[in-house]
Amino acid sequence: MAEQNIIDTGEAEVYGSTRRAFHLAVVYVLGALIGLALAIPTILYLLVPPKTRKESGWIDAGDVSQLTSGIPVELSFQENRMDGWRLVTEKKTAWVVKEPDNKVVAFGPQCTHLGCAYHWEMQSGKFMCPCHGSYFSIEGKVLDGPAPRPLDRYMTKIENNRLQIGELKQSSPAA
Amino acid sequence: MRKQLIRFIEDLDHRTGLHTGLRKFLYEEIPASSGWHQVFGSVALFLILIQFFTGAMLAFNYAPTPGDAYSSLRYILTEVTAGRLMRGLHHWGASMIIVIVVLHMVQVFLWGAYKKPREGTWVVGVILLLLTLAYGLTGYLLPWDNRAYWGTVVTTQIGATVPIMGPYVSRLLASTGDIGVVTFARFYGLHVLLLPPATMLLIVLHVYLVRRHGVAPAPGDELRPRKSFFPEQVFKDTVAVFIAFAILFIMAIAVRVPLERMADPTDTSYIPRPEWYFLFLFQTLKVFNGPLEVVGTVVLPTLAILALVLTPFIDRSAVVRVRRRTLAAGVVILAGLGWGGLTAAAVKSTPPQTAASQIDFSGPTQWMELTPPELAGVHYFRQEQCAACHNITGGTPKAGPNLLDTSKRHDSAWLMTHFKDPAAATKGSSMQPVNLTDTELKDLIALMLKLTPANGDVVDSAPDFAVAGALIFQKNSCGACHAVNGAGGKIGPVLNGLAERRSEAWVIQHFQNPQMMSPKTPMPAYKFNSTDMQNEVSYLLTLPDKAPGQ
Repeated sequence: MAEQNIIDTGEAEVYGSTRRAFHLAVVYVLGALIGLALAIPTILYLLVPPKTRKESGWIDAGDVSQLTSGIPVELSFQENRMDGWRLVTEKKTAWVVKEPDNKVVAFGPQCTHLGCAYHWEMQSGKFMCPCHGSYFSIEGKVLDGPAPRPLDRYMTKIENNRLQIGELKQSSPAA
Repeated sequence: MRKQLIRFIEDLDHRTGLHTGLRKFLYEEIPASSGWHQVFGSVALFLILIQFFTGAMLAFNYAPTPGDAYSSLRYILTEVTAGRLMRGLHHWGASMIIVIVVLHMVQVFLWGAYKKPREGTWVVGVILLLLTLAYGLTGYLLPWDNRAYWGTVVTTQIGATVPIMGPYVSRLLASTGDIGVVTFARFYGLHVLLLPPATMLLIVLHVYLVRRHGVAPAPGDELRPRKSFFPEQVFKDTVAVFIAFAILFIMAIAVRVPLERMADPTDTSYIPRPEWYFLFLFQTLKVFNGPLEVVGTVVLPTLAILALVLTPFIDRSAVVRVRRRTLAAGVVILAGLGWGGLTAAAVKSTPPQTAASQIDFSGPTQWMELTPPELAGVHYFRQEQCAACHNITGGTPKAGPNLLDTSKRHDSAWLMTHFKDPAAATKGSSMQPVNLTDTELKDLIALMLKLTPANGDVVDSAPDFAVAGALIFQKNSCGACHAVNGAGGKIGPVLNGLAERRSEAWVIQHFQNPQMMSPKTPMPAYKFNSTDMQNEVSYLLTLPDKAPGQ
């Protein structure tokens, strides 16, 4: 297609097809190199999670001696967290259950289906999510409804009768 | 397959005209004399696209309000992968555009390519140059560090000196009082919302005009057959673009762009300085004082812009042969010399920035939280070359054990024995005794007990002036009366936040003659030599505004 233009002008000797091929190759190769040198950093820039300074540590969520075994209570606590470049203090909640053996479990406050806030139903003795009717047992197991996995649990430890809450661990669907 | 592809392209072209349009664009005929000297326009266009792209990328992680702007840029530089590269490309790309645009202009000027009928192309080009400078001025404020803030203070004050228009310029930039959120918003709006579409439109117009009149021919071109833009000239343009990009990329990686202390309107020791390509203007201003100031700030720049715009109308001769354009060459050489001379004079005559204001806040800054004994300990740590046998970053231990978390294993009494007689503290230790006095060892021990895996890099990252300053602080027992970072006496004022309260000159005079600066103070005078004084004052002015943890 393009050759015609050039051959017509009688420039064939000056600007032969070998040189043309060379020029084209250089244009494509250099263009590709520039594209790669921009595309790779851009992908890293957009997709690699930032090295956020983890504000790890335990957060005090209250006195556990007040809890009655078998009756979940919603406790709230303050968490400091880096939101991008900002340090934010958020109010968070957990459904805390004292088990018969005095162990304490803290469930994340969101239904594992689509993240609605669930609550404890005293009469039925189940956790109930009002959005799509998922039910969870007091151990967090799925009893009914569309929830794909048990309730998520916070890492917990007890120090001097005070509940310390750590990271929220996502539950595995198998359980 | 191939048949189908051709069919598809034909169909597409029939409906959109894309293919024909592209062919028309690429197979444009250009004069036989076209070549390497005409690559700068393409390079400038490429660089502006790089700016658009990297600018958009930065905006993905940037909050355009003062304060947040600073911390989000710091986040980009320290926490986002390839963030420093993105910022580097955008920063150095801006400088590079100036260089390329000027080269483009010089080429067009020397070759007489602005002459009839191409005056319009030239004028649009001059406006594009001014827009490029406007990007530089508005973008300068966006990091919201001291450099950005003080540079912009000067710029807006120059704007205010424009006769008649001055107050309106100030009001437009919201810079009548202090520079604050409104000025910032105006600059940001200009930089990302107004300038880019204006540039795009003018570039389209510029390229359209180039195409309409064709690439300017040289004498003799009418006798030679014209050639095609693609691929020979495209090849040359691509090679030039690639070289420019390679230089830009290497600079973005190798030349670190610092982030200074967050904009501090009360900092009186900061020496504002414009971007390098404005230094010549900055120097010109110094020549004109008092009522003549307006000559430097407004009259001369306006005349220069006017001269540029009117160039094609002043020089109406038809001569375009480069060799015969001696006057044009003379103008270029004179302008170059003038620019170079003024820039050099500006660089030479500006006092060096204080060490304290040059600290890179996008680097490790944990050394700032050390107390003076701990920071003086860094001096002894380096002097005694502890790092030759001990690791302070974790990893495989060298000949001696890693020193992070020393405080978990030993106390200060043990360390004192260890330094004086290593074998007495640890059986079979091959370490040499450390030859320091007890007072000096105490500082080293303070550092040892402070090191943790999180702050081990203080040993490397603490700048020399600060370490020297802390050493002087210790040697003169300043800590007996003054507290720094939560350690020290209560007789004198706490020294954290000194930079907010006092200027560098004040602190120096206060050392030399305390009673003159603050009558009745019990502080004795200190006669430091000039190096010590500089280090000490820089160190004190670098202290965090508040002691850590407060």
